[in-house]
Amino acid sequence: MAELEAVIGLEIHVQLATKTKMFCGCELSFGDEPNVHTCPVCLAHPGVLPVPNEEAIRYALQIGAALSCEIAPRSIFHRKNYFYPDSPKAYQISQYDIPICGAGRLGDVRIHRAHLEEDAAKMIHVGESGRIHGSGASLVDFNRGGTPLVEIVTEPDLRDAAEAAQWARLLRETIRQLGVSDVNMEEGSLRVDANVSVRPAGSEELGTKTELKNMNSFRFLQRGVEAELARQRQLVENGGTVEQETLHFDPASGSLTSLRSKEEAHDYRYFPEPDLVPLVPTEEQLREARESLPELPVQRIGRYEEMGLASDVALTLATDPRTAGYFENVVEAADGIEPRVLANWVTGELAAALRQAEVDGGAADSRISPPDLAKLVRMVGERKISHGSGKRVLAAMVTGGGDPEEIVEREGLAQMSDSGELEAVVEKAMADNPDAVEKIREGNGKAIGAIVGAVMRETKGRADGGEVNRLIQEKL
Amino acid sequence: MTDLLQMTALEAHEAMVAGDLAASEYTAAWKEAAAGDDLNAYLWRNEDGEDSQAIAVERDCVAPIAVKDIFTTEGVPTTAGSRILEGYRPPYTSTAVRKLLEAGAPILGKTNMDEFAMGSSNENSAYGPALNPWDRGRVPGGSSGGSAAVVAGGLAPWAIGTDTGGSIRQPAAFCGIVGLKPTYGAISRYGMIAFASSLDQCGPLTRTVSDAALLLGILQGKDPCDSTSVGLDGGVSLPDREDLSGLRFGVPAELGGDEYDSGVRAVFEQTLRKIEELGGEIAEVSLPSSEHGISAYYVIAPAEASSNLARYDGVRYGMRAGGDGDLVQMYETTRSEGFGPEVKRRIMLGTYALSSGYYEAYYGQAQKVRTRIAEDFSGAFAGVDFVVTPTAPSVAFKLGEKTDDPLAMYLNDFFTVPMSLAGIPAISIPAGLAAPEGGGPQLPVGFQIAAPAFGEQKLLDAAYALEQGIGFDARPEGL
Repeated sequence: MAELEAVIGLEIHVQLATKTKMFCGCELSFGDEPNVHTCPVCLAHPGVLPVPNEEAIRYALQIGAALSCEIAPRSIFHRKNYFYPDSPKAYQISQYDIPICGAGRLGDVRIHRAHLEEDAAKMIHVGESGRIHGSGASLVDFNRGGTPLVEIVTEPDLRDAAEAAQWARLLRETIRQLGVSDVNMEEGSLRVDANVSVRPAGSEELGTKTELKNMNSFRFLQRGVEAELARQRQLVENGGTVEQETLHFDPASGSLTSLRSKEEAHDYRYFPEPDLVPLVPTEEQLREARESLPELPVQRIGRYEEMGLASDVALTLATDPRTAGYFENVVEAADGIEPRVLANWVTGELAAALRQAEVDGGAADSRISPPDLAKLVRMVGERKISHGSGKRVLAAMVTGGGDPEEIVEREGLAQMSDSGELEAVVEKAMADNPDAVEKIREGNGKAIGAIVGAVMRETKGRADGGEVNRLIQEKL
Repeated sequence: MTDLLQMTALEAHEAMVAGDLAASEYTAAWKEAAAGDDLNAYLWRNEDGEDSQAIAVERDCVAPIAVKDIFTTEGVPTTAGSRILEGYRPPYTSTAVRKLLEAGAPILGKTNMDEFAMGSSNENSAYGPALNPWDRGRVPGGSSGGSAAVVAGGLAPWAIGTDTGGSIRQPAAFCGIVGLKPTYGAISRYGMIAFASSLDQCGPLTRTVSDAALLLGILQGKDPCDSTSVGLDGGVSLPDREDLSGLRFGVPAELGGDEYDSGVRAVFEQTLRKIEELGGEIAEVSLPSSEHGISAYYVIAPAEASSNLARYDGVRYGMRAGGDGDLVQMYETTRSEGFGPEVKRRIMLGTYALSSGYYEAYYGQAQKVRTRIAEDFSGAFAGVDFVVTPTAPSVAFKLGEKTDDPLAMYLNDFFTVPMSLAGIPAISIPAGLAAPEGGGPQLPVGFQIAAPAFGEQKLLDAAYALEQGIGFDARPEGL
């Protein structure tokens, strides 16, 4: 049997951080007392009408621009009809066959569409399970009802669970940097569902998919998709077939339970929302959306890779625009030092020093100015101080700030070069470690570490590692 | 006192503005008249002592008004003629009522109607039918039957109603008054309880065309709370046209004569001659798709209604029944007991029409017909200024006469539905009297004039000239 290939697509709901709800003037909130942000419109009193939120439309256009989507010249809203207490009108106003954003792309994944809709109210099921089945009572909080959402649907372009989680991180970062959503998965302002199927490797046809819900972290997304892929692979390998259904992933037990099968799927009786007129973005709105875009993570990654940064370092910086800005200031101040080296200092040594010192905030908020960091890196590069000393200087700068040259001076950290002083220390270390010397002579290169370590201890890290090695070899 | 009630709303308005009439005296006279409602036309009246904020008046110079019980009014019972909203007092006021209050028109009361505006006889009201003041054994028409009955029956100087497929025009015709359905979007729908959102439109029911113009001027306007509202550019002026010279009136060639009673036909033809006497020209136009109007309407309107009425679930307001069982049982019991048979019929029709696999064949097809009908009118208006028809196929029929035959009831909308589907304005004015088929005292017959979208001013001007020419002055016995 041919190997089975995973085919994964994602559906992402993004709660927009607008001031008010999608179709009424109620304030958006999180964590407030239940049912205080409501009005006749979002409680669906008789006779009310929806009025679209201009800010939400602007945000949707920005998301569309960031995902390189085609923007529909005229999109329309539909009603999605269903009875449930979280939907006071008994229909959700959503976009259906003509979404505001059509085909687009983010990184390697094609976007199928992105559309505007309103969020449902929040249901709280009283009881142990926290789910509707088996609960004694259910409470409804309409504060969330009517919150603007953009639903982004990808093409099934992802091929494993880790890739899906990584791409979802990139999407979250992209939207976060647009400033249109809090993208907090735990609070539900970013919700990811996955459509999962398998097919024989090389096949063009799509297998029957299942839809996975309730994965409220990227880790759970990855684990949920892994679990479902394992289930489908086992099923197919044992001659079974995958049934189309919606599954609930329980991160605690790692189990998947069926929410509804294809037969139980709702007939939502979609039809065009007669209370709203078509959405026709003006040229000016479209231009504003394009011009409002900051440099987005994918673009930043590309630029950094061209500067010679390793892709993981480029990704780290791209997902942290403030640190990235700091890094770029260091590059400018360093004038000629390889950006790759500087990036490693910013994301490696400096980040570690900040963590160690338990300093809140990132590099950009630290007491180390970009020119000072550049100066420090240059001193290490020119072997004025050792790498180890550089880290000690950095630790001092993190807590007290200051000029690295002065700190080197004050702490006596200037590099021991090949003067007689270093030579004497090396000789002593070799004399103190005859076993290691013997082993090196027998061809065990690793044994040199013991001697280097002794030298570093003696010199408090001021010795240059390369020089120490050279001297040991010379004296063998 | 009686003299006060004989004034038209416009005359009263002018007298109040001139300081010749005290608003308090005028309103008191109408309150007293309304209190004598023996037509079951009011579901709620603004009795002294029951004043609430919603009926406060800023400027006392516009005649008090009766409001169809489909317009939300803060703190005032609003039922839409349905059991399911019994006891419901809305937390907000509709734009139409707000505009009336701001103009200084006290609300006299809320009028009876077919449940959720579904019906042509007022017999679908959960609170019993309003009666026709011309003959209490007959229906006032519907769904704005209560609004028509109070104006014709001397219980209010004027009223507002809603028209989805004829619900202002047909009762106006049955009760011998003026009823105007404006262009879709002329008046805000905010706070007007939805039946079929793409068709519903608020409008005046008045004694005269001038009163209708005055009321339309108060009500019209773009409303930020209704995305589909646009208002009427330039507002509305009082009509003063004296003849119809230079105007062309199109009679649909498809009007064979089988569709309506001979008495109605006689009044219609006599009115065409009156138009010619006034200098107007009668021409034939073709509206080939109009005959499918009823079919398309009875797909589109129930489809939208099935969705609009889904919110009445017993959870947040209104009636609740069967709350001891589970959620679905509560929904089902509430809706089974809360809705009447016609509403249930239309919810089922509409749900079916929107269902997966049937959508294209029903809803999709009906929308195509709707487009064709609109195109028919556009074509007709290239050659004529107005399209004219009888308003209804018969005079007011007897209570119970058509309740067992929904299709016969639906055919009442035959002449009014095409304009609704096309979204264009149409007015019904009383044109004469005719005996019902099968005999009996003479009853009013309405004459319908339709104009291109946003052609309200021209329509009112022509209707006014024709109204003056006809000189209809018959009143129900005793008024």
